[in-house]
Amino acid sequence: MAAQELTGAEIVIKALVDQGVDTIFGYPGGAVLPIYDALFQQNKIRHILVRHEQGAVHAAEGYARSTGKPGVVLVTSGPGATNAITGLTDALMDSIPLVCLTGQVATHLIGSDAFQEADTVGITRHCTKHNWLVKSAPELVRVMHEAFYVATHGRPGPVVIDIPKDVQFQKAEYSFSPNIQHRTYRPVVKGDVGKIREAIELIANAKKPIFYTGGGIINSGPVASQLLREFVRLTGYPITSTLMGLGAYPASDKQWLGMLGMHGTYEANNAMHDCDVLINIGARFDDRVTGRLDAFSPNSKKIHIDIDASSINKNVHVDVGIVGDCAHVLEDMLRIWKSKARRTDKAALEDWWKQIDIWRGRKSLAYKTNDEVIKPQQAIERLFQLTRGREVYVTTEVGQHQMWAAQHFHFDDPNRWMTSGGLGTMGYGLPAAIGAQIAHPEALVIDIAGEASILMNIQEMSTAVQYRLPVKIFVLNNEYMGMVRQWQELLHDGRYSHSYSESLPDFVKLAEAYGATGIRASKPSELDAAIKQMIDTPGPVIFDCLVDKFENCYPMIPSGAAHNEMILGDDPEGASVSEEGKMLV
Amino acid sequence: MKKDEIIERHTISVLVDNEAGVLARVIGLFSGRGYNIESLTVAEVDQAEHTSRITIVTSGTPMVIEQIKAQLDRLVPVHKVIDLTVEAKAVEREMALVKVAGSGERRVEALRLSDAFRARVIDTTHSSFVFEVTGTPEKLDAFIGLMRPLGLVDVSRTGVVAIARGPEAM
Repeated sequence: MAAQELTGAEIVIKALVDQGVDTIFGYPGGAVLPIYDALFQQNKIRHILVRHEQGAVHAAEGYARSTGKPGVVLVTSGPGATNAITGLTDALMDSIPLVCLTGQVATHLIGSDAFQEADTVGITRHCTKHNWLVKSAPELVRVMHEAFYVATHGRPGPVVIDIPKDVQFQKAEYSFSPNIQHRTYRPVVKGDVGKIREAIELIANAKKPIFYTGGGIINSGPVASQLLREFVRLTGYPITSTLMGLGAYPASDKQWLGMLGMHGTYEANNAMHDCDVLINIGARFDDRVTGRLDAFSPNSKKIHIDIDASSINKNVHVDVGIVGDCAHVLEDMLRIWKSKARRTDKAALEDWWKQIDIWRGRKSLAYKTNDEVIKPQQAIERLFQLTRGREVYVTTEVGQHQMWAAQHFHFDDPNRWMTSGGLGTMGYGLPAAIGAQIAHPEALVIDIAGEASILMNIQEMSTAVQYRLPVKIFVLNNEYMGMVRQWQELLHDGRYSHSYSESLPDFVKLAEAYGATGIRASKPSELDAAIKQMIDTPGPVIFDCLVDKFENCYPMIPSGAAHNEMILGDDPEGASVSEEGKMLV
Repeated sequence: MKKDEIIERHTISVLVDNEAGVLARVIGLFSGRGYNIESLTVAEVDQAEHTSRITIVTSGTPMVIEQIKAQLDRLVPVHKVIDLTVEAKAVEREMALVKVAGSGERRVEALRLSDAFRARVIDTTHSSFVFEVTGTPEKLDAFIGLMRPLGLVDVSRTGVVAIARGPEAM
């Protein structure tokens, strides 16, 4: 390509276009005015104006998770950058590829405590995969492309490019070659074949096996999901997944045991506890999943496939650790399995499934309905049933509603479910839904929310209305920070310290104030018609679903307990937490 | 004590791109994840390639040491991480500058002992010496310990640098 002189601001735009970016989420300010001016003078990139920088980052996450492409954010220096921190940390914890551009004061002012100056690379060093303070326009050309490479290769994550205002005016020659090789960062994607063979031996000889999969499958792309399905069906083994991995394997399949972990199903957790071979693909033995570590799956041989070597043997010691991308490793596993014509132990497997069916028979997700009050689980289940067959994307906030959504809304495809798993960020769902809706304008995008969480980024209603994004916000309103209350019940003798939602807005009027539609349902008999009305409403909707105020989220592994020590919804009396457990979150 | 609870001391060499903030990244990793740093040295080793070598002495259980290496290795500007305690036979050296003030018999004794440690006098006044002493951290500890009753007033240590024995590069 012929060399051309561009300003720093123009370099930013050109590089974004060359990286295949068509949408960015941002908020202008003094230190990014030249970039906003360059945006104004082009029509290849669409800018979505959010109402708070945290919203921009979560929207970019929703965009990224629903498309598999990196999300892009543009914010100003100082408060613009610091407001983005929660979103960046969220993306780091959940391994979401983001490129966040922050304005910075001019290079000669750095360190002088200038207006709207913050040490952005210093502050974001701990909440990004990598970051750069760019000191010149030629450096900007290189860093823009390097940033996309780093964000999307290996274990994905957020990166920050901090661009001083004078660099945005400075001119440099622009160039782009699609296949750069990074100087230092070259993550391993192919797994070690010797170890893969070792894993295959363990898998083929298993008597009580289980697949435990996670967000790594989703991040690896749709091919990984396809290969996983093929492999799991070939073996006939049961499969469970983390919160992050829902949708990678179809929830409607008979080998699916439901989610595992703190609010996972009885069958998934008991199978994890009793299994003899545990096949972890793209999950990270998170504490929400393992429960008490010294009692975690005590008698199993453990296989762990992860693109991040530091995830292997971090929390749980494994017998076979394979560093590599899920899709690559699954492809090799399938090839070796088929070429050796491996067979499973049919008799042992039959016994294992019999045991699993006994656990399934416990119906751990069951709940009791009545004619007077809507049960939150019932609301989700009706929402799921009434939206079946449509192209649906679901985001959530954080709390009880999030767990009920994970338990009762079922996903048959990857990239349809977006929730803040690692960081647990209240206020994630609405902006994430906006990002997903931008990427999928025709789809039905629903934010399953709680009345407390939704208020944390409610300002993004303006964004939804401005861009005519028909996101549906389905609020399970129990007038409590339900998960906090549930833990206070369990750990602090029911002293509900500050966990009530006092002085709530009228959500129907609030929707109307934003120029959206408000719908309320308070009786089970109204539920179906109201949900249908919500689906049929063309614009954004806040659905205020008044639910049972005292329903708790079960089943539950209390903190500090093992997988086979679950509290079930119909038997919460035995619930107790050890002294050590109380120390845990 | 179980094998996985034994605290081991390891010397780790990290070859990094000498870019702004790289040291902060490494140190931040240790503080953020609660790992120990017993000593840390850093300097550019190849001006043309802009690479620096960081030598870290750390301690932890075998599982923690493995984590430290994996965490260092996934930092973007890191070229290579090697554990000189397990992957190679290595030599380790540290240098200290040791200031001893005093007069009379103590002054003579300090000078005599410095000779036994092959320390060099690099500054002197009528009432003080600055010794330069090189060796293993244990040797420096011993020298400093001996100087304490003889008028030790100041110590500056470099931290450990280490390199694998034999012909191979890192």
